[in-house]
Amino acid sequence: MANKTNINVLWDKIFKVSGLIVTLLGLVVLAVLLIDIFSEGFSRLSWDFITHYPSRHPERAGILSSLVGTIWVMAITAALAIPIGVMAAIYLEEYAKKSWLTNLIEINIANLAGVPSVIYGLLGLGVFVNFLALERSIIAGGATLALLALPIIIMSTREALRAVPPSIREASLALGASRWQTVSTMVLPAAIPGILTGVILSLSRAIGETAPLIVVGALTYIPFLPESPITGEFPFISLAGLKDPFSVLPIQIFNWVSRPQHGFIVNAAAAIIVLLTITFMMNAVAVWLRHKYQKKIRW
Amino acid sequence: MKTAFKIKDVNGYYGESHALKDVNFEIGAKTVTAIIGPSGCGKSTFIRCLNRMNDLVPSFRLTGEMLHNGTDIYQKGRDIIEIRRKIGMVFQKPNPFPKSIYENVAYGLRIHGIKNKSTLDDVVEKSLKKAALWKDVKDRLKESALMLSGGQQQRLCIARAIATEPEVILFDEPCSALDPISTSKIEDLFSELKNEYTVIIVTHSMQQAARVSDFTGFFMMGELIEFDETKKIFTTPSNKLTEDYITGRFG
Ligand SMILES: Nc1ncnc2c1ncn2[C@@H]1O[C@H](COP(=O)(O)OP(=O)(O)OP(=O)(O)O)[C@@H](O)[C@H]1O
Ligand SMILES: [Mg+2]
Repeated sequence: MANKTNINVLWDKIFKVSGLIVTLLGLVVLAVLLIDIFSEGFSRLSWDFITHYPSRHPERAGILSSLVGTIWVMAITAALAIPIGVMAAIYLEEYAKKSWLTNLIEINIANLAGVPSVIYGLLGLGVFVNFLALERSIIAGGATLALLALPIIIMSTREALRAVPPSIREASLALGASRWQTVSTMVLPAAIPGILTGVILSLSRAIGETAPLIVVGALTYIPFLPESPITGEFPFISLAGLKDPFSVLPIQIFNWVSRPQHGFIVNAAAAIIVLLTITFMMNAVAVWLRHKYQKKIRW
Repeated sequence: MKTAFKIKDVNGYYGESHALKDVNFEIGAKTVTAIIGPSGCGKSTFIRCLNRMNDLVPSFRLTGEMLHNGTDIYQKGRDIIEIRRKIGMVFQKPNPFPKSIYENVAYGLRIHGIKNKSTLDDVVEKSLKKAALWKDVKDRLKESALMLSGGQQQRLCIARAIATEPEVILFDEPCSALDPISTSKIEDLFSELKNEYTVIIVTHSMQQAARVSDFTGFFMMGELIEFDETKKIFTTPSNKLTEDYITGRFG
């Protein structure tokens, strides 16, 4: 009896120690990666680096077109994926009757979240680039990444909606509110922090995607910017830029690391720092939102 | 006495399971009616039929008629929103919205399109007074309703139900999550409320039913075993099952 307890205590310790080692290992690998990248690329970061087009000469090359491309593509991705994803989740969670069909949809969405991203690229190539004849444009790239972000947004939104207690819905409906009034005035506001967190995390995943955009045909060398969305003449807004070819940061990085000159490796490291900074900032906003609203709403 | 509800041959089913069996009785307007019976006998099912909250349960089906002021609640084409506005409900667990005290009470009016500030102010004050909560909260209407105690939250839920000027208020075990002092405060309210509203209360407490109600219905296994004046039910019930239940021999 006493023997057995001793063995259990021993196992407990072994597990504790090995768990700690494994966790530290992960952190150390990450730290080494970061240190390596920063020591290589930090000195290359400058205003010039951000405001110059790519070039054959590593010391003159910059990330202007791919950074702007990333911003454009992410704007399209967000504009497409957020409304569609949130509405789909609201429909599934608040309106749809449970049936074999909704079950099937549910399982499929969960599976879609696990599909390798290159497959989304192939889908985008088939549907947006060829079938809808959008060519190798920002809109095709943004739509492709929106497909990739959709399942994550739908799942996290449903999670957030489910976390709102049913008693709140009952209370609202019992007062004579319609379903839509209940969802829009009670359920959505309470679910917003969870929804935003999911949205940001899905976008920060999409922003680093390379493979699907290569398939869709993002370029690696772009010496110009898409047409500006703000114009001098009425109506001051132009969407013509959407049909322009584009590059994005991950593809610029991918291109640079495959060059033989050391100068491009340094450029790649610097571009990685920029990309990482953007991702970290997005994640920080997600964490901050979650923290802020958690304190405000408790049931 | 005017009749508020006339229940005719009502049967209720969750899928295959038969939860209400041939229920027939009448509920008088501006009276307090208590619904008692052992757990799982269909009290909540019955009361949730009266404002069609059971429409939310996909498997639920109802046959028969439930007339409110002479027209069937389940008639084709009846406006559910109108029904729920006329027949308010307070639930077992206090469920205030995570908003201010003021907004909780004003919500029912806002969703029906009333925006006028002074109307809202008036209704909020009147409703909170009727729910005996005005004194406790008049200086902190903008504070979150979640800051209130359980008993205050339940009275807020009553105020919220009153605000839409219903004719009927349904209570499903409104005190079961509350302490004795909060419970007695809410019990005191019932006799006030019945001057203006038809009140129907589901309760597990025999004493509560005896104290606050004019009429009592005893359910068992989905059947209405007996319905009569509360005095009669608790002194000389005509059914043996009722007698066994109120004397605590089972349930
Ligand atoms: N949503 C539901 N789906 C299926 N069956 C249900 C549902 N709600 C209630 N029932 C069943 O219907 C019967 C009556 O339940 P009901 O909730 O009306 O009882 P009750 O008298 O209110 O009980 P309690 O005193 O415990 O609240 C029970 O057998 C219960 O299991
Ligand atoms: Mg019940």
